[in-house]
Amino acid sequence: MIYTARHAIGQAVRGQALVAHDGFSARYDLDRIQGVFSRPTHKLAGQSYVGRILVLDTAKGGVASSWMLHEMATRGIVPLALVLNSVNPILVQGAAFGNVPMLVGFDGDITAKVPHGATVELDPAARTLRVL
Amino acid sequence: MKLNDLERSMLAGELGAAAKSALEHQIKVGDFFGAADFVPVTQAHIMADTESLGEPGIAWLESLAREQGRVRVPTITDPRGTDFTKVGVLKHPGWIVDMERRAIEAFKKLGVLMTDTCINYQTIQAPARGESVAFGDTGVVIYANSVCGARSNYEGGPSAVAAGLTGRVPRYGFHLEQCRRATLRVRVSFTPKVLNDWGALGGLVGRLAGNYWTVPYLEGLERVPTSDELKHFGAAMASFGSIAMYHIAGVTPEAVEPSLPVAHRIAQAEVAALQSAYAPQGEIDVVVFSAPQLSLYELRELAALCDGRRFTKPLLAVTSPQIKPDADRFGLTKRIEDAGGHVLAGMCFYQSYAREIAEANGWKRLATNSAKLVNILGGYGYVPLLASMERCVEAAEKGRL
Repeated sequence: MIYTARHAIGQAVRGQALVAHDGFSARYDLDRIQGVFSRPTHKLAGQSYVGRILVLDTAKGGVASSWMLHEMATRGIVPLALVLNSVNPILVQGAAFGNVPMLVGFDGDITAKVPHGATVELDPAARTLRVL
Repeated sequence: MKLNDLERSMLAGELGAAAKSALEHQIKVGDFFGAADFVPVTQAHIMADTESLGEPGIAWLESLAREQGRVRVPTITDPRGTDFTKVGVLKHPGWIVDMERRAIEAFKKLGVLMTDTCINYQTIQAPARGESVAFGDTGVVIYANSVCGARSNYEGGPSAVAAGLTGRVPRYGFHLEQCRRATLRVRVSFTPKVLNDWGALGGLVGRLAGNYWTVPYLEGLERVPTSDELKHFGAAMASFGSIAMYHIAGVTPEAVEPSLPVAHRIAQAEVAALQSAYAPQGEIDVVVFSAPQLSLYELRELAALCDGRRFTKPLLAVTSPQIKPDADRFGLTKRIEDAGGHVLAGMCFYQSYAREIAEANGWKRLATNSAKLVNILGGYGYVPLLASMERCVEAAEKGRL
């Protein structure tokens, strides 16, 4: 299946999807040292996000993610890409600064369409997400 | 994006490498959101605690300074990651202090004014209605858009730095009239009296609103909230829902009754339920008043509650560097510290390496009156408790809520 996003940034990547209908904030939700979701109430709590393509609902929380994606990228403890139904400017600014590919805005809920654990391919130039 | 002559010069590097890279970053973000052009801003405000920046972020700031970068508009800072006079209280190790000093030096070279405050609308300069600004703290943005009628998106650290260097931001989101109109109508039948209730109400609305592009319209409040009440209300709404603007009927300057059905009704029970979802009672390790920084009036209230007490648990009250001298001058700091508390300035608890502080001090169960703070600290391993300022002060004395 191929899904087309309304907004995109970054380079093409392929990887395993980590999917949940939940939000994303680097400060609120992650243990950035261990590379896992640490907020107890997050649907991905305890799971590693390193090298995964996160398929989530929306951006949450504050402004720290704009710095943190860059910092995480330099240590290699970073998601491979972000796919969201909607986004705030912070994650876009962070993706631009940290060179993290991102697709945002689909027809319908993308978290309901991509199977958890599936291998997916992002092509931001074409604004497409392909489930392999 | 359509560029004017000045912007084309920046992009060509004629105004220096720092301005060029800043504008390139802004064009990437502007293109993502379909911005037609740039809008000039009168001031920028940068969130840049070093826990967020890390070593790579600091090195980036230093590289901008080496490139002779210089801000073009007044540019100020959000709280730093420590209070240098209270490092011993927080048990911040030397590497944290060193990181902070490096970031500060780089910012000064860029011409940034180190105001270190998240309540600049109370302490530095509140923007006027219609004024376009580049603010970098969610609580500051939501207050500026909603209460002041100014115009700002969330400008995260790198983008706020870029805005300072270029004096402009991409024109999208809350710089556009059509994005500022109410999209969600909420009727409340409970007008809070204390700050934690205002925060909880804001958090609830934020949770219901759900994402950045939703603009809640509230009706039913029985009085005009104070600046501090709106501060807690908006900061929590932004924290829980990533919301950047709201309207309150009869209060905020751009509130126009929308042609929308009431989507949600909020009563006192819902506000209480949000608070009781956090640990409502029991032993505590520390009491923190922060997020947002305390105003002079909050410190006045806190000092009165501290009179005659002797704390058995640490109590931290965090304010801005602009407020602290007045708190000292009026004797408020002394009254709080005579009871065993600490008044800190220029930092914010969650932006000050909250995980490292917890480990160094053995703090896990944290009582606060800030709904924003309890929303953040779960991810840092704390068990946060949300209660009134009065109950939190009692907890610092008795060791339990």
